[in-house]
Amino acid sequence: MKRVQFQSRWVPYVLLLPQLTIVCLFFLWPAGEAIRSSFYLEDPFGFGSTFVGLDNFKTILSDPEYFKAAAFTAVFTFLVAFFALSLSLLLAVKADKVVKGATVYKTLIIWVYAVAPPVTGLIGAMLFDVNIGPFTHLAHDFGWDMRVGVNYYDTAFAMVVAAVWNQIPINFIYFLSGLQSIPKAVQEAASIDCRSSFKRFWTVTFPLLAPTGFFMLVINITYAMFDTFGLVDVMTKNEPANNPVTLVYKVYADGFRGNDLGGSSAQSVVLMIVVFALTIVQFRFVERRVHYN
Amino acid sequence: MIKRLVSFSISLALLSNTALAATEITWWHGMGGKLGDVVNEIANRYNASQADCHLTPAFKGTYEETLTAGIAAFRAGEQPNILQVFDAGSATIINAKGAVIPAQDLLEQEGVKLNPDDYIDGVRNFYADASGKFIGMPFNSSSPIMYFNKEALAKAGVEPPKTWEEFEAIAPKLKDAGYVPLVQSHMPWIFVENFFSRNNVQFASNDNGYKGAEGTKILINTPEIKMHWTHVKDWKDKGWFGFYGVPGPDNQKPFEEGKVALFLASSGAFGGLAKTASMPFGSTFLPYWGSIKGAGVHSFIGGAALFAMSGKAAAENACTAKFFSFLTSPEIQYYWHKETGYVPVTKAAYELAKADGYYAKTPDAETGIKQLSLPGAEWDKGYRMGFYVQIRDVMNREFVKLLNGDESVDAAFATIETDSNALLEKFAKTTAASN
Repeated sequence: MKRVQFQSRWVPYVLLLPQLTIVCLFFLWPAGEAIRSSFYLEDPFGFGSTFVGLDNFKTILSDPEYFKAAAFTAVFTFLVAFFALSLSLLLAVKADKVVKGATVYKTLIIWVYAVAPPVTGLIGAMLFDVNIGPFTHLAHDFGWDMRVGVNYYDTAFAMVVAAVWNQIPINFIYFLSGLQSIPKAVQEAASIDCRSSFKRFWTVTFPLLAPTGFFMLVINITYAMFDTFGLVDVMTKNEPANNPVTLVYKVYADGFRGNDLGGSSAQSVVLMIVVFALTIVQFRFVERRVHYN
Repeated sequence: MIKRLVSFSISLALLSNTALAATEITWWHGMGGKLGDVVNEIANRYNASQADCHLTPAFKGTYEETLTAGIAAFRAGEQPNILQVFDAGSATIINAKGAVIPAQDLLEQEGVKLNPDDYIDGVRNFYADASGKFIGMPFNSSSPIMYFNKEALAKAGVEPPKTWEEFEAIAPKLKDAGYVPLVQSHMPWIFVENFFSRNNVQFASNDNGYKGAEGTKILINTPEIKMHWTHVKDWKDKGWFGFYGVPGPDNQKPFEEGKVALFLASSGAFGGLAKTASMPFGSTFLPYWGSIKGAGVHSFIGGAALFAMSGKAAAENACTAKFFSFLTSPEIQYYWHKETGYVPVTKAAYELAKADGYYAKTPDAETGIKQLSLPGAEWDKGYRMGFYVQIRDVMNREFVKLLNGDESVDAAFATIETDSNALLEKFAKTTAASN
């Protein structure tokens, strides 16, 4: 095969320039600013700042509420990713087998994806409203004294339900297309060898879906950790109080609601480190077990 | 036809000319919905009242969002002329020396004498400095009062309580009549800040924080307020106090549905309640503790004030000053009071409303202003603590734990004290950096 070579040494860099500019302007520069201001205490209006070394980090790491938010973020991310992936996989496998009315069925599942996370939060807040929410009434009928906004665990439950509901459609789309790209020949061969469709799924279909699954895992973790910010904000009705909040929401609450720029920057630096570590783990350890082709 | 077109375009040109000649000023606020319409109407009336200045109001979201937008704009040199800042944010903007021109200085530069005695007692010091000079211009002011469900009181055969002791005497009767005796709508505002004002108890060191951020400590782990909250928890356990979460609307709903006897909420809430409540209701002052010596004085104002941002041209500042005078004129104050339910901030406007017979028709509109006009004392002028938005969040967090029974009163108040003082100390460092 003939290798394509650039004539000039500079052409590749020129072609990369727009992308690099965007990366520098919107990612590297703000990240650098965040790291710088995490070492300072600054008055909100920008009249002056004092270098305080690692004080901001010490404050965070000695705050039990920060660890509570971190623990919630971890549990929330696990639950949302687990349920959003497993439920959508189930729906996709079933939808793949539907012959009649497949389009209607698929559209009904997919349309939810068009709902933005804050709107999901709004709908969730309404369904779980402490006074008038239908889900609250339903829970009361079953003897569960659900009080979202008062009870920590009830609020967490409502948030997980809303977040999973919002994330299922995109997972569904990817899983469905993943299923449809599995060669018919492989599936037919498998059905000759094995009669149990359950066993066939786990030994043939599921491994072939692994690349899609891995990609979706990354996407879902990112969603649960970062994109649910709007959902958390709306479901807590702008009152963090004793409600479960994610680390990203805490960055917002302290920085933008509370005008504590140094403390909030330090939190975002900690998050940066977490994301960095997570990325390494995902690609070094999880991806090794995934087989492409 | 052509003639008409020509004259039309000429008049259009003239119009745009006058618009060009006028000095443009901007006002960022957090008044959404119906309140925003009234703000726009006030701006229109101001623009129509003179030709030199043209004011453009802009809605910037919640109070928190408006303050954050104002700060971000100030850092970029794009600040508005007027920024609305709410009670909990006032320490942030007042301690940032150089961010604002004190309202009193601004008016006096324009030759307008501002006499604090023209203002209602409870309004006078809240946005002023330690010497009583107005830094912010009081704008939308309200205070927590007590609404009562007339049906519930009649059924139980009781009168609305003046003190918490009286409440404890009637609460069993209200409960037996089938009502939740008491619900509130904003714990830090009603059961902390206005506990301190109404009962005349010191809230923070350094003269409630007025003497500066340096060394200001919250005095919340103290006997009086802990006594109050020990009772509140006891009321909750006995079924005398209903709690439906932190947001106000979640607590207002059961009152609107007629399930609650007494409801503590903003003096401005009567207009909305009149539309949504399923039963007749009245209003009276926020109760105080008869057991606390010197209690029963006026409460703090809630709501927000207008701040003139610095770094603007002299001509624009003159327009801002003119607008402040216009805004505090009795007619505009009365209009604002009538349309929104916020209290008028000047005595003259209060007199105008009285003379107009407004309170004979809507007595609930007067409760807030009457409560703010009660005699004042040492500790009901105001409080000034930085990072106060976060301090309120800390309070709410601990109060929910306390009411759920996850934490004792002692533990909750010890945590509020520690966390608030850490925030105050941090705030003092940020302002020290700017000086």
